[in-house]
Amino acid sequence: MIKGTVIINAKVCKGCELCILACPQNALGLSSNFNEKGYRYVELIYDACTGCTNCALVCPEAAITVYRQAKPSKKSQIKSE
Amino acid sequence: MNEKLLLDDGTELEQVYCRPDTLTDVPYHYCPGCGHSVVHNVLMEVVDELDIQDKTIGVAPVGCSVFAYHYMNIDMQEAAHGRASAVATGIKRVLPDKLVFSYQGDGDLAAIGTAETIHTVNRGENILIVFINNGIYGMTGGQMAPTTLPGMVTSTSPYGRDVHMAGYPLKITDLVAQLPGAYYVTRQSVHNPNAVRKLKKAVTKAFEYQMQNKGTCFIEVVSNCPSGWKMTPVETIKYLEDVMFQYYPLGDLKVPKE
Repeated sequence: MIKGTVIINAKVCKGCELCILACPQNALGLSSNFNEKGYRYVELIYDACTGCTNCALVCPEAAITVYRQAKPSKKSQIKSE
Repeated sequence: MNEKLLLDDGTELEQVYCRPDTLTDVPYHYCPGCGHSVVHNVLMEVVDELDIQDKTIGVAPVGCSVFAYHYMNIDMQEAAHGRASAVATGIKRVLPDKLVFSYQGDGDLAAIGTAETIHTVNRGENILIVFINNGIYGMTGGQMAPTTLPGMVTSTSPYGRDVHMAGYPLKITDLVAQLPGAYYVTRQSVHNPNAVRKLKKAVTKAFEYQMQNKGTCFIEVVSNCPSGWKMTPVETIKYLEDVMFQYYPLGDLKVPKE
């Protein structure tokens, strides 16, 4: 499975939970802490992220940066086989 | 977009999505879960990708998105209520090599600015009109808009919209699709990741058509208003899917003939 991760800017997150709804891996959840504005922010609760960018696309605050493992090239796949 | 991240176990990850560079660092003033900010993000992503930051001019409306010029790091002009497409017409005619778009809500475009909108499209002005339809006047406190659905409760229709008194919701996108000046008319949404991807494709197409001087492109985005609808953002997504899309079906209304 391709590995990915997200970095969430908790300062601007408003806790609308749309990213939680959009995550196919159910890897996101609301934190029990609050940010400076008084919102419960979203954080990665399971290490199951695949870097599909679904959460970042629906995030109204553009607070999510997504990282993903580079797809292995076909040559290296053949070599490993 | 080429930044890399090294995990503890040595896996190297590449950045695949980040906040568009064309957005300023100002945090949005919109309510949590508002569709406006998603549309801002998509517009600015497209401007980034097409590399047209220095030749794009936006026209901000009156309504919730009145401060759009704070967030978009491009040239912006504020217009009087409902007149954004008329102002965009002027800008495009004076500076025909610039790419001009107007960004309007439903109270702006479909109520006070109906005449300006219809005549702009009828003249076939070579601009892009982005129309955010959330069926309510969000900024002023959730009053009934021309696009409010029948039976929908707002602060000025506490028993639901009565179609015998207030008329039927105005499908202005279907209206402008009939006009010969319109080149590309589509209705999109931002309720899930795939809808956002489709919207991005539509905006990219519209900017490309404008570069080829094809005519007016009109993109309606059916959006949500958690504060005005008195719902949580997650409930608004369900309401969009169950109720709004029945009246405002998504899809292209006018596509160019190849």
